[in-house]
Amino acid sequence: MKRSIVCRCEDISEEDVIQAIDEGYTDIEELRKKLRIGMGPCQGRVCIQLVARILEKKTGKKVSKIPLPTVRPPLIPVSLGTLSSEDHEE
Amino acid sequence: MKNKADVVIIGGGVNGCSLAYQLAKKKYDVVVVEKKYLSSGATGACGAGIRQQWSTKENTLLAIQSVKIFEQLSKELGQDIEFRQGGYLIALHDAKEMKQAEKNVALQRSLGLKVDIVSPEHINDIVSILDVKGMNALGATFCPTDGHANPFRTTFAYADAARRYGAEINTHTKVMNLKTVKKAISAVVTDQGTIQTNTVVNAAGVESKDIAAMVNVSLPLTPMRKEIMATERLEPLFEAMVISFKDGIYFSQQNEGQIVGGLPIPEERGGYKTMLTFSFLEHMARTLTRYAPVLKHVNMLRHWTGFYDLTPDARPILGEVKNVKGFIQCNGFSGHGFMLSPMVTKMLSEYITEGKNPEVLIDLNLERFKGKHIEKELSVVG
Repeated sequence: MKRSIVCRCEDISEEDVIQAIDEGYTDIEELRKKLRIGMGPCQGRVCIQLVARILEKKTGKKVSKIPLPTVRPPLIPVSLGTLSSEDHEE
Repeated sequence: MKNKADVVIIGGGVNGCSLAYQLAKKKYDVVVVEKKYLSSGATGACGAGIRQQWSTKENTLLAIQSVKIFEQLSKELGQDIEFRQGGYLIALHDAKEMKQAEKNVALQRSLGLKVDIVSPEHINDIVSILDVKGMNALGATFCPTDGHANPFRTTFAYADAARRYGAEINTHTKVMNLKTVKKAISAVVTDQGTIQTNTVVNAAGVESKDIAAMVNVSLPLTPMRKEIMATERLEPLFEAMVISFKDGIYFSQQNEGQIVGGLPIPEERGGYKTMLTFSFLEHMARTLTRYAPVLKHVNMLRHWTGFYDLTPDARPILGEVKNVKGFIQCNGFSGHGFMLSPMVTKMLSEYITEGKNPEVLIDLNLERFKGKHIEKELSVVG
């Protein structure tokens, strides 16, 4: 079966997103929490724009009107060892 | 949106959705109004833990009964809520904590909970990656039936089940006002229309205070910003939630493999600020790698904030208020709303449908703050 991958981190396809929207998850934050899109190492850089486009196609709401999920630092993966290092202290 | 309902629930978190499910199942006409999206507040930001080890009788009872419900909830709702019972390991660091733990364990055992005090040399039998010396542990308490579940999945599963029983759930709908007639609830005014009703449940988390103020009810709630983080996914490393009241840290490995945890920052203050801090990143990373040095190689993926709706005794405010008939509180969970939700909402649904008012519900009524002596819950973390 053909699957168009939308989220590589969590292996979520376009079909998965459409199904979730059909089930009533029409808010990008709800889709995120339902499917875990944007929760992997890429933190949404790959998938969120694609999901917003699918949402536009399904709901008619313009991409520009769909709010992006809250930005959650550190944006790129950072090791706990780096974050706990004392080097940068004055 | 309906213009009439038996019950209007304000707040689409786990408590609002669970209560909607239980009332709809009993054929009540229920409408949920949620300002943003489902689980957008404390539910969606929480640490997912489910704990039965408390210092007060009320919380212990609510938690024990909640776990019994969680154990069969995936089956009941027809969706996997990812409930896992890996236990809670509570680290103890000094004689004072040990003494309090002995008291807590005695209380918990008297209520039927299986819980033990663990010596330092046995801590690694439960969580092998911990550095017992590094965390300065004199011992720990461990309850094997504590655990965690997925708060989003739980909320969505409750909402889906509620809808199947006929509940109406309105997201992106803001409550503008509550109307009363002769000191009794008569309607809820939202930005999408007005709903006539005699019963309103205030399950709006940290914003419950503003809702209550609409009918001149003052709730002693303080919003406390909390920060929490998640790492990348890992192979299963440990099953228990590890927490420390002294260090404030809690962390566990979730179903998908990520480690989720938090701790309070030293400069923490009450208020509505949602900003993230560097202080958290530093304190969390340092404390977590002190507890489990091997995690220094693990990447943090994201960090976010959420609110505790803190009451003066760190216990929830439940039940109908004295001065406004039909105005029911389901808030003030002080960071424990997810884990207590099954039993709390079961009791509130029985209060609404059958008028049952058990001792726990009376003890946790808003009225308690008028008393001279308030028993404070001591087992608060994060």
